[in-house]
Amino acid sequence: MLVSLNWLKHYVDINDQTPEELAELITKTGIEVESVEPIAEKMNHVVVGYVQSCEKHPNADKLNLCQVDVGEETLQIICGAPNVAAGQKVAVAKPGAVLPGNFKIKKAKLRGVESNGMICSLQELGVDEKDVPKEFTDGIFVFHDEVEIGDNAAELLNLDDIIIELGLTPNRADCLSMLGVAYEVAAILDQPFTPQEEVVNPVEEPAADEISVKVEAPDLNPYYGAFIINDVKIGPSPLWLRNRLIASGVRPINNVVDITNYVLLEYGQPLHAFDLDRFGTEEVVVRRAKQNETITTLDGQKRTLKPEHLVITNGKQPTAIAGVMGGADSEVHEDTTNILLEAAYFHPNAVRTSSKDHGLRSEASTRFEKGVDPNRVILAGKRACELLEKYADGKVLNGVVEFDDLDKEPKRVEITTSHINERLGTDISDEEIADILRRLQFRYEQNGELFKVIVPTRRGDVELFEDMLEEVARVYGYDNLPYTLPGGASQAGGLTLQQQLKRKVKNYLQGAGLDETITYSLTRANRAEQLVSREVKEQAKAPVRLAMPMSEEHSHLRLSILPELLESLSYNIARKQTDLAYYELGTVFISEEEQVTVQPEEQLRLSGALTGDWHIHPWQQEKKSVDFFVVKGIVEGLAKLLDLQLTYRQAKLPDMHPGRTAEVLLDNQVIGFIGQIHPKLQNELDLKETYVFDLNVEVLFGSYEKEEAFQAIPKYPSINRDIALVVDEQSFAAEVAETILEAGAPLVKDVRIFDVYQGEHLESGKKSIAFNLLYMDPNRTLKDEEVEKAHEKILSAVGERHQAELRG
Amino acid sequence: MKDRLQELQSEALEKVKQAEDLKALQDVRVAYLGKKGPITEVLRGMGKLSKEERPVIGQLANEVRETISDAIQKKQGKLEEEALEQQLEEESIDVTLPGRPVQVGGPHLLTSIIEEIEDLFIGMGFEIKEGPEVETDYYNFEALNLPKGHPARDMQDSFYITEELLLRTHTSPVQARTMKQKDGHEPVRMICPGKVYRRDTDDATHSHQFTQVEGLVVDENIKMSDLKGVLNGFAKQMFGSERDIRLRPSFFPFTEPSVEMDISCKVCGGDGCSVCKGTGWIEILGAGMVHPNVLEMAGYDPNLYSGFAFGMGPERIAMLKYGIDDIRHFYTNDIRFLKQYHKA
Repeated sequence: MLVSLNWLKHYVDINDQTPEELAELITKTGIEVESVEPIAEKMNHVVVGYVQSCEKHPNADKLNLCQVDVGEETLQIICGAPNVAAGQKVAVAKPGAVLPGNFKIKKAKLRGVESNGMICSLQELGVDEKDVPKEFTDGIFVFHDEVEIGDNAAELLNLDDIIIELGLTPNRADCLSMLGVAYEVAAILDQPFTPQEEVVNPVEEPAADEISVKVEAPDLNPYYGAFIINDVKIGPSPLWLRNRLIASGVRPINNVVDITNYVLLEYGQPLHAFDLDRFGTEEVVVRRAKQNETITTLDGQKRTLKPEHLVITNGKQPTAIAGVMGGADSEVHEDTTNILLEAAYFHPNAVRTSSKDHGLRSEASTRFEKGVDPNRVILAGKRACELLEKYADGKVLNGVVEFDDLDKEPKRVEITTSHINERLGTDISDEEIADILRRLQFRYEQNGELFKVIVPTRRGDVELFEDMLEEVARVYGYDNLPYTLPGGASQAGGLTLQQQLKRKVKNYLQGAGLDETITYSLTRANRAEQLVSREVKEQAKAPVRLAMPMSEEHSHLRLSILPELLESLSYNIARKQTDLAYYELGTVFISEEEQVTVQPEEQLRLSGALTGDWHIHPWQQEKKSVDFFVVKGIVEGLAKLLDLQLTYRQAKLPDMHPGRTAEVLLDNQVIGFIGQIHPKLQNELDLKETYVFDLNVEVLFGSYEKEEAFQAIPKYPSINRDIALVVDEQSFAAEVAETILEAGAPLVKDVRIFDVYQGEHLESGKKSIAFNLLYMDPNRTLKDEEVEKAHEKILSAVGERHQAELRG
Repeated sequence: MKDRLQELQSEALEKVKQAEDLKALQDVRVAYLGKKGPITEVLRGMGKLSKEERPVIGQLANEVRETISDAIQKKQGKLEEEALEQQLEEESIDVTLPGRPVQVGGPHLLTSIIEEIEDLFIGMGFEIKEGPEVETDYYNFEALNLPKGHPARDMQDSFYITEELLLRTHTSPVQARTMKQKDGHEPVRMICPGKVYRRDTDDATHSHQFTQVEGLVVDENIKMSDLKGVLNGFAKQMFGSERDIRLRPSFFPFTEPSVEMDISCKVCGGDGCSVCKGTGWIEILGAGMVHPNVLEMAGYDPNLYSGFAFGMGPERIAMLKYGIDDIRHFYTNDIRFLKQYHKA
């Protein structure tokens, strides 16, 4: 809502507040002021001039040589505007004037002829092009009104006005009107305000002779009032009215349209003027539209209607979409003489549906959607009649033809001083409450600390005790509330185990050198199904799709974090950032249904993607690129952190390197995978070798047990033995190690692999794996013979199970 | 013989003095003190001496031995010291060369901000609650006093999956869920951080996905001044004790009264500058007293219980705190952006 300060001052005395101070008060008390700006920067030497003569420039076809009387003198001015003519009163910028945009006006010679100033267009004077009346958009502005030559034109055109832009929240529809803003500002400044009464002088002939009103959908249209104004003369509106429209961001058109717009701004009540002679019949019938019924609206669009839309008809066909836009057929024209003026209350939902379905948002629909003041509907109609009488020479017929089933009763809310103080934490007195109600102009009956408040219908948002609480609090001033802390039993705050583990895992990964990312949950259809772990794929029927995505890029909920993570890698690679180690802890969305009906499972997963150099220290010739075992080491470290046993199983997965991928298992259940992404995918994404991991951390967290018992530190020495075993090159080292542990139990506590060899000293198809075994008994010192015995047992077990031979 | 011994001593001491390294010194030791050395020889020849002379010479021989031995010992210590010094000298390195880098990653800036907020509220006795990102229309809207057709639903155009399911547009549904869980009588003191989604085209100031931290306190006798006290404490810890706060009226369907909280502008200290658009204040969060309809729907009797709620955007806080000019930075994961905030 754009509020003209000059217009506002007409209602309320704002004392000596500067516009900025006023804005600050409005913001603190009720409505956020988004900006405070003059229509145009201040200018001098812009006056009303009279064009005495206008001739062609001797040396230029498109220029005119004008003699302009500006009061004290007559100036020769060259003007290029096509609409300049002798006999006009125009706005002249005299030499020395500075127009908006720091445009300095100086004496000049144009094609050899002297020009002493400029005849201005409204745009040149700082008016926004969209607010300039059509007749002046391509030329200079011409006064239609009685103005004195030599007077300050900038002032006459209201260019010194300050515009306060209000950022209205949906509840404060009352301030979508100048009267509403006046009540608000009057309350804030504790100033009186009473709106002036509408004065209409109707002719004797009753309006009911010309029109009848029938409402067939009273639920959507509880009030419809029709005024008839005859013999209007269409022409420009008076300057003051146009100034107010322009200040409010509304382009002046003609007096009839301007007046309905003006009343909309003043009262917050949209009105509609039909050309009575073009209306077609003498009856107004308001009803729900028929399925597939059509109407051509003012903007020339043919629109198809349905029963959810409310329409005004002439009993035969629709003449307007109620509250949204009128029909082209009954539009007011230059030659219109008789007017049917509609003042109605349309139900917010009816207007919202129509405006949404037809993509038509207007000043009118916005107000109806938020609910207009039921007691201002007729008054607004009367106000328009008053103005049409005055400024369009209209004859208002007697009375309003109406259908009235509208509840105009004000709401009543009871408050007590003690309840208010309990909820605010304040110590406000009965007198202060009474004073606040007086300022708000809310009537009330007081009985001690009990106030029965009669809420004016303009404040449709105030219904409950809590609404009144807000009214009292904001006028009392939030600055005046004390600072306290909640009482009651205190509770110990803290993180749940899962939240603690999340932080622990993040800290571990960051310590390990990975950077955390946050990517989008919504992704492309093809990406949503890419790099999805086996167990997720088995559970999920299909990725969840949005009903109406904004773009295909963000249309599906992810089943894996990896595709978006890889996208982040690509983004960086394209910017020459080549060494990257990223992880993300986030949810994927698993629906077991083809057509989603219930909330999908949201599973917390941990994914990582690494590429480029993992470690580089050039001057000592150290360099290590990311490989499978870097990533595996990170996952193994994570398992150690959570004290869980993970196992790894070679796997062939889509989009993954067939020889460098493993599924990760916990208790024999797949919970994720690690490996290199497929070189084809690498190419597609412009990535070099890239390794990833993806784990269901929810399962990991679920298996985590907080260690509680103390584990004794070993007192007795351990014994180390190395063995090198020759096995088939297809054998898995982890399986051999497993056999060693099993066969060596209980003495073998740990097996480490310290060398893997394949080459000329071995039979082809074989490899040698060297293990370091740790023997230990927590209760005594081991004897050599025992170790020897266990060692023998191990050798025979690996021989049997893996055809392993001791390397000679 | 006496003369011979004294001669040997001065000879040996001279040699010790001349020995330049440990080997030369060892040679001196062997030459003078060894089994075949001249002193041993002298002692062996003692048999020829008279009874009176024998102990005198014997003692002298031992004294000479000891003197030489001491000298060698001392010299050895000195030479060893020198050798070590030399070795260490040779081992010296260019300490200005760069060290072996340790790979260090870091949290995402939003995580840092959210964890900072979490820790502040944990300190005030709050729990951290989480909830689903795909919500039911009921919890996302209806339970929050936004029935179907409510105009305020326009304020946050949403990503629907079905008519009843959507991506949550705020983390407030977690509040509704928590109240349900607390059964209409247990006090609530919680915050809920998380991702939220709205139908916005991504640009410098809009993101279809962003994060929120909302909070809720419900108990008997919760007052609006409590809201002011808690949020003031939060703001001062988060943004600095010199910052002031102010509340001004606003509107949210789930709170009444509703307010927005501003903090005084850090750049100009409240005088007005381009950062605060000349107002001296910067909007930081929305808050209010829980609407009675919301309490009632969650099973709390609004006549007995009252509460306050608040919500803030970590992106906005981060942008204000660090002067970040484009919200998309949070989601493109440019390494050069991420690394800047590891110390944050």
